[in-house]
Amino acid sequence: MADDVIDAGELDPEFKFEIAKQAGGENIKLCFQCGTCSGTCPVRAINDKYNPRRIVRMALLGMRKDVLCSDFIWLCSSCYACHERCPQNVRIPELMNAIRNIAIREGNVHPVYKSYVEALEGHGRLLEIGEFENEKRAKLGLPPIKEEPEKVRKIFLKTELKETLEGKHAKDQTCKTGVGK
Amino acid sequence: MKEYALFLGCTVPVRGLHYEVSARKTAEKLGVRLLDVKDFGCCGFPLEGADHLASLAMTALNLAAAENAELEIVTLCSACTATLTKANKKLKEDAHLRAEVNKVLSDQGAEFRGKTKVKHFARMLVEDVGYEQIRKAVTRPLTGLGVAPHYGCHYLKPSEIYEGFDSPERPVTLDKLIATIGATPVAYEDKLQCCGGGILGIDELTALKMTASKLKHIKDAGAQAMTFICPFCAVMYDSSQKAVEAKVGGKYALPGLYFPQLLGLALGFTEKEMAMDLNRVKLALKLAEAGK
Repeated sequence: MADDVIDAGELDPEFKFEIAKQAGGENIKLCFQCGTCSGTCPVRAINDKYNPRRIVRMALLGMRKDVLCSDFIWLCSSCYACHERCPQNVRIPELMNAIRNIAIREGNVHPVYKSYVEALEGHGRLLEIGEFENEKRAKLGLPPIKEEPEKVRKIFLKTELKETLEGKHAKDQTCKTGVGK
Repeated sequence: MKEYALFLGCTVPVRGLHYEVSARKTAEKLGVRLLDVKDFGCCGFPLEGADHLASLAMTALNLAAAENAELEIVTLCSACTATLTKANKKLKEDAHLRAEVNKVLSDQGAEFRGKTKVKHFARMLVEDVGYEQIRKAVTRPLTGLGVAPHYGCHYLKPSEIYEGFDSPERPVTLDKLIATIGATPVAYEDKLQCCGGGILGIDELTALKMTASKLKHIKDAGAQAMTFICPFCAVMYDSSQKAVEAKVGGKYALPGLYFPQLLGLALGFTEKEMAMDLNRVKLALKLAEAGK
């Protein structure tokens, strides 16, 4: 048996329901695989690794681990070009975010999200605004900006974001432990 | 005078000072007052892919700040525009989600009530000032300057949140704004293509190849400059143009300006006032005063 043949015993039939329950993933089961998304996608035009139609098919089949622990789920640029043309309103960019939310819970945390969380915790924003930045702003007659990281920190505490990143809200931490299908 | 809360987001006040300066100055000249709300922070977009509720709560916190100031929002970044508009719509429609988000915000005395609106700066120009008023205010039309419009993605997409403002597939507003200030909008292949900024941190080479593709199409069409209305797009086409040339290839030397910078020049501001020293690729302009 060739390596890339799908083993039906390794499929998780619950995966599509898990995605549909996640905000943004509600419409996944509407997909009828026309491929308009992949035909429209500007990332797909340049990089074969990203293929939205294929990702949706894999998810519908139940290839949970292959999808969640992959590196291709981060490649959607969120441009919404596919969304405008999808005849089934699958809402692909939001579906990709739903899949990413689950992937992160299950231990596949792309480093870029770690850096976002770190910056937001430290500064309340992605890019620091300190004395240096405010001096540059003042030279152009722009008002100073005061960082207020406390507000974001409170949100992170309330939503238990750090615990999510540590795998505490995972179903089986499949991308860390290899458990699950 | 129409008043708005100016939402800067993360990138503009640090890497897009030329956008901020030109937007503030041109708005004032056109009779729109942009006010600062001190409680504005990150719009929440960066965490959409990490944690839906945390991201949405960050967005709602900003919307609540505008509600407290009793102001509608004008945005500069297109990603902020879509994030705020999408959340505003969703939270107004979904009482269950609204309650969940307000519970997250309860310990900081903030509450989303659905009392504000969100509008991109360019949309504000079109809807509140209007092409005719802008045309009347132009003292130095940019006659003879061929400018390629880059609409970007979130200014018009997802279209169902934007109430029919412009077409996501055949947009015209930015073309019309270019024509309004006397310049010539230049058509080019694959006009709707994304800048790639959304995945710069994930896969740099793929992102830069996306940028390169548009730079080439615009050069091929013979434009002297391009214009954009989002700081991510500016980072890709202007700040990263040298990186594109080094890592993907090609030679472009294509000046990219924020639309309010071009607008400002047409309204009589100097290049210095429009902070054009902050654009990496310089635009050589020989502008005549109107009537001279």
